[in-house]
Amino acid sequence: MDRRNFLKSIAMTSLAAVGCKENNGAGSPIVTNGNKKELGKMTYRTTPNTGDKVSLLGYGCMRWPTIQQNGKKVIDQEAVNRLVDYAIEHGVNYFDTSPAYCEGFSERAIGIALKRHPRNKFYIATKLSNFSPDQWSREASIKMYHNSFKELQVDYIDYMLLHGIGMGGMNAYNGRYIDNGILDFLLKEREAGRIRNLGFSYHGDIEVFDLLLSQNDKYHWDFVQIQLNYVDWLHAKAVNKRNTNGEYLYNELAKRNIPAVIMEPLLGGRLSRLVTFLQERLKQRRPDDSIASWAFRYAGSFPNVLTVLSGMTYMEHLQDNVATYSPLDPCTEEELALLEQTAQDMLKFPSIPCTNCQYCMPCPYGLNIPDIFAHYNNCINDDNMPTSSRDENYAEARRAFLVGYDRSVPKLRQADHCIGCKQCLYHCPQRIDIPKQMERINNYIEDLKQNRI
Amino acid sequence: MLRIIRRIFASIFLIGITLLFLDFTGIISSYFSWMAKVQFLPAVMSANLIVIAVLIVSTLILGRVYCSVICPMGIMQDVISHWSGRIKKNRFSYSNEKRILRVIVLCIFIVMILCGIGSAVALLAPYSAYGRIVTNIVQPGYIAINNMLADWAEANNSFAFYRTDLWIKSVSALAVSIVTLITIGLLAWRHGRTYCNTICPVGTVLGYVAKFSFLKPIIDTSKCVNCGLCSKNCKASCINVKEHTIDYSRCVSCFNCIDKCNKRAISYRHAPKQKASIETVNQEKRNFLSMLGIMATSAIASAQEKTVDGGLAPIIDKKVIKRETPIVPAGSQSLRNFYQKCTGCQLCVSKCPNGVLRPSSELTNLLQPVMSYERGFCRPECTRCSQVCPAGAITPITRVEKSSTKIGTAVWNKELCLPLAEGVECGNCARKCPVGAIRMIPSDANDSESIRMPMVDSERCIGCGACENLCPVRPISAIHVEGIEVHRFN
Repeated sequence: MDRRNFLKSIAMTSLAAVGCKENNGAGSPIVTNGNKKELGKMTYRTTPNTGDKVSLLGYGCMRWPTIQQNGKKVIDQEAVNRLVDYAIEHGVNYFDTSPAYCEGFSERAIGIALKRHPRNKFYIATKLSNFSPDQWSREASIKMYHNSFKELQVDYIDYMLLHGIGMGGMNAYNGRYIDNGILDFLLKEREAGRIRNLGFSYHGDIEVFDLLLSQNDKYHWDFVQIQLNYVDWLHAKAVNKRNTNGEYLYNELAKRNIPAVIMEPLLGGRLSRLVTFLQERLKQRRPDDSIASWAFRYAGSFPNVLTVLSGMTYMEHLQDNVATYSPLDPCTEEELALLEQTAQDMLKFPSIPCTNCQYCMPCPYGLNIPDIFAHYNNCINDDNMPTSSRDENYAEARRAFLVGYDRSVPKLRQADHCIGCKQCLYHCPQRIDIPKQMERINNYIEDLKQNRI
Repeated sequence: MLRIIRRIFASIFLIGITLLFLDFTGIISSYFSWMAKVQFLPAVMSANLIVIAVLIVSTLILGRVYCSVICPMGIMQDVISHWSGRIKKNRFSYSNEKRILRVIVLCIFIVMILCGIGSAVALLAPYSAYGRIVTNIVQPGYIAINNMLADWAEANNSFAFYRTDLWIKSVSALAVSIVTLITIGLLAWRHGRTYCNTICPVGTVLGYVAKFSFLKPIIDTSKCVNCGLCSKNCKASCINVKEHTIDYSRCVSCFNCIDKCNKRAISYRHAPKQKASIETVNQEKRNFLSMLGIMATSAIASAQEKTVDGGLAPIIDKKVIKRETPIVPAGSQSLRNFYQKCTGCQLCVSKCPNGVLRPSSELTNLLQPVMSYERGFCRPECTRCSQVCPAGAITPITRVEKSSTKIGTAVWNKELCLPLAEGVECGNCARKCPVGAIRMIPSDANDSESIRMPMVDSERCIGCGACENLCPVRPISAIHVEGIEVHRFN
């Protein structure tokens, strides 16, 4: 698709807009990125079925801050409380969690934090995360469902999702939701009012996505969660041929007037850590705005988007994102074209599209998969990737790569310990061929160590 | 003046050799490794005739300057003795030579070399003892400081320093080093150069050579007033004031006496041959040897890694595998050559960046290095141990030669191997083998789709240990390397 068609498609999708109200008003000035910015009112979007007014910024609860306690990393509840308080105070009202997040402790943490606020101030979204085949039974699935109420300390759930349909293909979908009658059970729960909105999140096999949408008349999906950002819009297949472009997913939903909840708007932070020359280009246009804000404005510019989820670990990220959406300043056509160009330029660099979602962890053989990818990607962005011993900065770059590698990842958790068992392969929502990438990275490291390049 | 020159040279050697042992980056060894190669015993072991000749000739001309300027153990004792002397002045007195003890120790030493009892040789050799003290006692502190600097550098986004593993390579070697340091240190504190003049086999050999040296400190009886100041400041206790004689077999040419004498009665010059000092045999025996003989030989307890982070699977430490035949580095040529020539100085151990070399805990070659692969493997690009070995136990080898030198053979353990034991697809050993000696083959001859198991081509295998180190099975790897008696080119 060329640039013209791309712009046209965006223009078209905006016709199928969900009712969207924007309120501008005076607010308190806050400091983001060292720049004072007058804060307006948060932008809200409304759901067609329940009329919920949802903040465009949604809080993803997959990346809570942690502290060391007795040598173990545990969620820093005090920090979570502070983050949630700030978010609610500035109009954020959508909180997305799952029983699987943060080693299973995410629901409890957000439950504690939200208990301190009136129930009508927030919407809670959680999922039925019965991924492992020993959780596929009806009893185990219902137990997981009931446990979410207990952890979240609520008596109804605003948004309930079938988690990650498409992962494991049709077989897993049938096993998790159809054969055990769980989908029917959830529909009944919606009728009973214990679930206010029922939807699903999608990764992986497009067959399942298409099937579920084709059955919309039967199930009446209230919302669907998809991955959308300026790379995935047209270039999802550059990562894995079996991935599906965001454009297709979004348009399928817009066609049916199903609101889209957006995940990975920043690609796990990768769109805030662009290589230098791409950053320069964006800064020249909007010098006061963060690099991340471009990705958020991009996702928010789609009118059928209900909310854009961000797993904000740090206060400054929360403040920056709140500022971006208070109110949303939609991307112009020229800006959309620039972001498409940015996506194309990014793909020229061989970085690995890991979003640090931790789904692959723990690796049974002790590897720290996300940290290995993160180091590799950081070195690409910092230009510490020597490609030839004749490079001008070869010696420094080699040292920075190898020393940095040992610092980022303990020796016993490095890529050379990957045995290629492929157990991670089916967990990766980005469909990265992890064992293959591990081998590629390790070969590169061996080349560096042995001065073979 | 002479004393100042001696001190300058001695300082250069002491600092150079100490840094040589402390450095783990391999940078310093390229500048200072010659300092290890001019040490007497390693030169003898490596049959380095040039060095031996230079040392003998210099001793014949200047006396035992080797012991004062080149030998790090001698200089270390001088430093200790110097500080002791600042507290208690004029503390030495003449004593008779313990000739029988010296000769017996020397004879035993030579016999042990000839019999190839390397561990005993390593125990007595002065340079090796110093190397052990630095490697086992001082280097851990050096690494700890480096690691602190590395943390600081990391905080400042600098790559000037990097962390390195801090681990006790061998409890027995550490115990021996501590006992050696305390014993020799105490002797030096109280009696100066007692070790050099009773036990040290190099000191004995050079002492009897120095008797015939061209230049010596000589007492001018016409100027001497018998004040005894020279004798009271002679750390070798070799100046007999009454007789106006000096025992040149024990004099280490430190020139302290020349400086001390108010009457300028002692000068460093050539003299016509004169009668040797009176020799009396002192039957007093020191139980020095037996002290050193008491040693712990307990096994290595590998340090526990830090506790695992939340989302990470725990990793069990690999255990040290007991090998039928020890593995020694490429360049050693054979076990026999290695253990015969190695003086146990630990220079290679202190240089190994992969945690492979460590002092052996076996009694037969205690203190001499041995290889093991639970912390790392013998990486193809590294030839550091062969570059620094001063004794010819590990001869210099190039990277290309190393990559085709067979030092051992991988042995596969069917019972432990992951594909067969747990049905998990693996093959890490095959993928990581730098010489392609391992192939994955179907475990069932009749079913080409059956799960694959490794097959070692033992002729092609060089024994580097990549397979053993990277094997996912813990704590005992499902594949391990056995050493071979004689290394060979593949």
